[in-house]
Amino acid sequence: MSLMLRRGVVVTRSLAPAAVFRRGYHEAVHDHFNNPRNVGSLDKEDKNVGSALVGKASCGDVIKLQVKVGKDGVIQDAKFKTFGCGSAIASSSYATEMIIGQNIDEASKITNSDISSHLKLPPVKIHCSVLAEEAIQAAIEDYKGKQSQSAAE
Amino acid sequence: MAAMALTQLARGCRPLPRLRILASRRQNGSLWNEYEERGVPSYLDMQATTPVDPRVLDAMLPYYHGKYGNPHSRSHSYGWDAEEATEQAREKVAKLINADPKEIFFTSGATESNNMAVKGVADFYEGSGKKHIVTTQTEHKCVLASCRRLEVDKGWSVTYLPVDKWGLVSLQDLENAIRDDTALVSIMHVNNEIGTMQPLEEMGQICAKRKVLFHTDAAQSVGKVPVDVKKLGVALMSISAHKMYGPKGVGALYVRRKPRVRLRAVIDGGGQERGMRSGTLATPTIVGFGAAAEVCMAEMENDHRHVEMLYKRMHDQITEQLPQITLNGSPSARYPGNVNLSFACVEGESLLMSLAKTTAVSSGSACTSASLEPSYVLRAIGVSEDLAHTSLRFGIGRFTTAGEVDKTVNDVVREVRRLRDMSPLWELELEAMKTGGQKQAVTWS
Repeated sequence: MSLMLRRGVVVTRSLAPAAVFRRGYHEAVHDHFNNPRNVGSLDKEDKNVGSALVGKASCGDVIKLQVKVGKDGVIQDAKFKTFGCGSAIASSSYATEMIIGQNIDEASKITNSDISSHLKLPPVKIHCSVLAEEAIQAAIEDYKGKQSQSAAE
Repeated sequence: MAAMALTQLARGCRPLPRLRILASRRQNGSLWNEYEERGVPSYLDMQATTPVDPRVLDAMLPYYHGKYGNPHSRSHSYGWDAEEATEQAREKVAKLINADPKEIFFTSGATESNNMAVKGVADFYEGSGKKHIVTTQTEHKCVLASCRRLEVDKGWSVTYLPVDKWGLVSLQDLENAIRDDTALVSIMHVNNEIGTMQPLEEMGQICAKRKVLFHTDAAQSVGKVPVDVKKLGVALMSISAHKMYGPKGVGALYVRRKPRVRLRAVIDGGGQERGMRSGTLATPTIVGFGAAAEVCMAEMENDHRHVEMLYKRMHDQITEQLPQITLNGSPSARYPGNVNLSFACVEGESLLMSLAKTTAVSSGSACTSASLEPSYVLRAIGVSEDLAHTSLRFGIGRFTTAGEVDKTVNDVVREVRRLRDMSPLWELELEAMKTGGQKQAVTWS
């Protein structure tokens, strides 16, 4: 068969597995997707934990974000769970990384462009970062709501 | 002395120990030359395209170097050789579908064949009072787009038949949809997304009774399941070479001669293919197409057995190890090489990304397409909104090995478990299962 190569000739292929990856997303997205930070749950009954569940399964994007806030208003811990594409998982993972250690006022000022510019999301995926921003703000709102509720009691 | 020298010489350029290579090749993915780089993903996307069978490649090569004439060159042997080769290929393709060689027209692929069928028939009947086409909601985009163009440009009316949850068209619906001014019914044989096989024989009988032309897009079925145009009663059929282990860029349209089917050519030019499709015939790819048809005829039974075995293996192993998996499409009326599974609570693109290093598959999810809409085929079979984004399509073929299937199953099970652990919807599912199947009310922020 004319295609059979002789012994000793090595054919190198340019399409290495890593190249297949790089053609899609930026390294940061792959990093957060393969090694997501802060996956999990916090106790949602805890007064110091604000929880949020945003998105729609029919749109293919649902983010659950929980924040544990200390007495001084600093976010001590954050956990997330996401049903969504690689960008959505990376956005929510990066979001938790950003807000841990921040004051809730600072955290609520985070915009989706902070997230999408760090992850270098393509234009068609920007909405994933928008959902992550909504999740952060909703979680903080929930925490504030719980605090004012317990203050009223 | 001379004998020893001869044997030494022979040993020096002895061919590679074939048995060892074949064994390792079978294990890791059957088509790779041992010198080619390992570590490429297993290919499980046979509906997108298939690898070219080595026997087909062998048949094609002489027509790229040496016998490279234009088959329409009447005056010299280069042309005569090329013409002989294309005619032989035509006979092989015709034999595969039990047609006459004069009924086969070579095109650049199934998309062109579908365009030729739909637009060609419509153009022929323009002004004759026929102004209606019947097709289905799950057709390939080329058929839907051609029908759309006829609606918009020429004012034709098109009925898009709905499908049931298995993806099958109801014969009663088809009967009711055919009107007096219907020129063409176009229904695909095997669906490319979910693998459902339509009952073409009965549909052919209905169309014959109502005297309407019956076209079928058989790109996914020819070469894989027995297709006999006389038994099916089709007037037109589209075939694609690269779905049956042939080269890309070539296909065919079967146009019945008895009773005569009349079409208007879509591509005009030098009058090749009896005026039906002008353009120089691409001899090497057509020869490849013919060789692929011949190989498919010989291997069909074995291929089908092999694919069915692997399908059962994959489906059983995945459903044993993972709960809440749905098979999309009919479980019985299907081509087994197409396995479209929905993994509840895991989004398709994220699963694809996890598998990308090791397995090449395709998804019916929105995130992989440019728009945010999930696949229209899944929507047509009534897949619920929650599951619409969670599907993956595995394609098994002649060269898929059991090792690849096992490895894929392990990877899929591992990644689905990992992604389900990360999924809030799966958390809700588990809670619901704990409280005896009652989903608790969820407060959405």
